Amino acid sequence: MSPEQDIPLWLALGVSILALLGAFLTLLGTIGLVQSFYQRIHAPTLGTSYGTASIVIASILFFSYVETRPVLHEVLIGIFITATTPVTLMLLGRAALYRDRAEGKDPVLPVDEQADAVFPITSSRPHRR
Amino acid sequence: MNTAILEWSLTIAQIMLGIAMLLATFRMVNGPRAQDKVLGLDALYVVAMLELLLFGLRSGSSIYFEAALVIAILGFVSTVALAKFLMRGEVIE
Repeated sequence: MSPEQDIPLWLALGVSILALLGAFLTLLGTIGLVQSFYQRIHAPTLGTSYGTASIVIASILFFSYVETRPVLHEVLIGIFITATTPVTLMLLGRAALYRDRAEGKDPVLPVDEQADAVFPITSSRPHRR
Repeated sequence: MNTAILEWSLTIAQIMLGIAMLLATFRMVNGPRAQDKVLGLDALYVVAMLELLLFGLRSGSSIYFEAALVIAILGFVSTVALAKFLMRGEVIE
């Protein structure tokens, strides 16, 4: 943007607050990566939901004002991230659960039941095609 | 004046996202197990995409938007492929 073309105060404040909020929530989500795996897998979704949403809204506001027409192509990123994050984390969580069970420990069961739990996965590996 | 407010807060937001990228890279490099590393990579590409959106907001051009879209699509595909590999031992079966 050129310096002589100044933007109004409400736009500057709105875009600033949305961008700072989104960045702060994303930072909180990655700080949450310091736990055990099944607690850790929840944390980055703070960035993919609220962080992405507020930064996308900030971008839509700013470009709609600058180009003096509704600019909505950032919605594409929002929809895409919202639709794909559950799929990836679901697959990853199932893969992690499978790997834990293949090693003989089940993180879903309480500890005192783990000794006599039966893991059918360890006795016969799944068929590989 | 108002442009200065916007510039400064975008700088602070970019620094926060940079710290977030560092934390995700730390988890990706020395996650104790493979699924932790894949989760770190997933968080890293999402934060990188947000950083590119803020970069486009700062420079006022929409080229960075397309780069962010490409990162989002390829990151999804790579995480799904890695999760499938951890699950089955091969990607395409």
